Amino acid sequence: MFAYVVRRLGLMLVTLFGISIVIFFLLRIVPGNIVDILFDAAGFVDPADKANLERELGIDQPLVVQYLRWIGGLLHGDLGYSYVSEKPALDEILPRIPITARLAGLALLFSASIGIPLGVISAVYQGSRTDYALRVVSLSGLSLPSFWLGLLILMASVAMFGHIPIFNPNPRTFGEMFSTYCLPSLAVAFRSSALTMRITRSSMLEVLRQDYIRTARAKGASEASVNFHHALKNAILPVITVVGIEAAFLIGGLIVTETVFNIPGVARFLVEAIRWRDYPIVQNLVMFIAVIVVFANFTVDMLYAVFDPRIRYTD
Amino acid sequence: MATINYDLELERAGAKATHGWRRLTFFARRYILGTIGLVIMVAFVLAALFADLIGRYDPLTVDSAQALLHPDMRHWMGTDSFGRDVWARIIHGARISLAVGLGSTALGSSIGVIIGLTSGYLSGWVDLVFQRIADILQSLPLLVLALVMTAALGPSLPNVIIAIAIPLIPIVARVIRANTLALREQPFVEAAKSIGMSEMRIALRHVLPNTLAPLIVLATAQLGSTILTEASLSFLGLGIPEPYPSWGRMLSESAAEYVRTAPWLVIFPGIAISLAVFGTNLFGDALRDILDPRQRG
Repeated sequence: MFAYVVRRLGLMLVTLFGISIVIFFLLRIVPGNIVDILFDAAGFVDPADKANLERELGIDQPLVVQYLRWIGGLLHGDLGYSYVSEKPALDEILPRIPITARLAGLALLFSASIGIPLGVISAVYQGSRTDYALRVVSLSGLSLPSFWLGLLILMASVAMFGHIPIFNPNPRTFGEMFSTYCLPSLAVAFRSSALTMRITRSSMLEVLRQDYIRTARAKGASEASVNFHHALKNAILPVITVVGIEAAFLIGGLIVTETVFNIPGVARFLVEAIRWRDYPIVQNLVMFIAVIVVFANFTVDMLYAVFDPRIRYTD
Repeated sequence: MATINYDLELERAGAKATHGWRRLTFFARRYILGTIGLVIMVAFVLAALFADLIGRYDPLTVDSAQALLHPDMRHWMGTDSFGRDVWARIIHGARISLAVGLGSTALGSSIGVIIGLTSGYLSGWVDLVFQRIADILQSLPLLVLALVMTAALGPSLPNVIIAIAIPLIPIVARVIRANTLALREQPFVEAAKSIGMSEMRIALRHVLPNTLAPLIVLATAQLGSTILTEASLSFLGLGIPEPYPSWGRMLSESAAEYVRTAPWLVIFPGIAISLAVFGTNLFGDALRDILDPRQRG
């Protein structure tokens, strides 16, 4: 087990190192940096000014030197400076994380508490009208773009309250909290609850065919006990995998949803930074996302061993 | 590797269908949802092909006198803030969604197949390197990777296709690799080897055709997500540039402020995206049930 964990951690480092190289050079393969954009906008170009600014930002150096500087700083907790605001990148990113984390947490909660029960119902009544209807609904969950769902929610709140909910970082009343955090996270959760439901359904179907389920029925266990106690307990493992990995991938839905609801979180910040070619922000944020995804994968694998005693990592 | 005998399947299901049309209607009745999906997909393909004939207006002509008209008999879905007909823009937008969906799925799948096949066939360090690259690409969510790719390549139709195709490569490569590894141990590959067939020929003539079924299932499943990703990129203003009528782009122009004043600008493009993706998902699910019986629920 210990050797396996060490090997996994080593591989994670290799992956993260690879991502840092890919992201860094990808952002720089196209000619044109922030200095070009600024000077293009100004119209008049004084080459001396331009060279000065480039030196100040450190982008006159060879790419390899720039890369080593970035990684070196990263290891010391120095993420460099934002090109746009000229503040330390860390100070720009950190305050935005709690907002996005709250949205992601709520979305995950919604997706599990909606997706798992519906998946169980769908599997238990396999082939019935309920099952059919639930499957169509879950498929529509995978088909509706979450930004459109967000826009529809905005439309509904205009119809009901007469105005669009405005983001309030410190909600006081329940109503404010609901419109600030719950509405956007519902828009994100619809898709992942559909995914959770589909996985729960297929996993449950597999388990319900097992002999021990028949045994449980034969000894007189109630339907509810069979479905939830005997079946769901064994069917939940693949669901944990999907929910765990989905937790990291929620960022995709959050990017568009934060844009729709005008929420100043990290996800929307990434898009803004990309538009401005604010590379210090972009590369650090992408690294941050990659770290979360890689750790989510690792945690899920470790949870497997905890939840299923048959799984022992050796090697 | 399970191959499916359709005649046997049909017989078992009680269909006395021996030739073309009867078999088709039988399948349509058995897989109602899949057929609905197929109909939706065909409708979108037709709309894309004959957009010039169906739309009475040009999707790009700006006419400020006609701006923000409510839907009526002349403009079925109203007009946008530039006075462009929304219906015309939506059916022309089908071309873009289709081009991106098919283009990036085809590009991503074909590169994925080549890599998966070589990786599974050669093993050793080639496999190891490909696996690590796949790890790297898969540790970023699809939209994030596509965002960075379009940012790097610049917004244009071919670049959006490439940007969305790249995240697909490792997904396809991994499935094909796993299949190849399993197929290599099959007796028919051993037989081919024993009569002196070259490795290359075995890979192309015996292994590749047997990975086609899972490949088709996977590619159809990805079609919907490529269309969604294009819509998201364009919605964020980093996908297909103006003035092309991309569905996602139409929503970004009209976003929050038109929610109140011109809801038709929000509703119709969203329905177009959802319906197109829903159709491919329905069809993809049915296709998986038919071609990949092991996953049948």
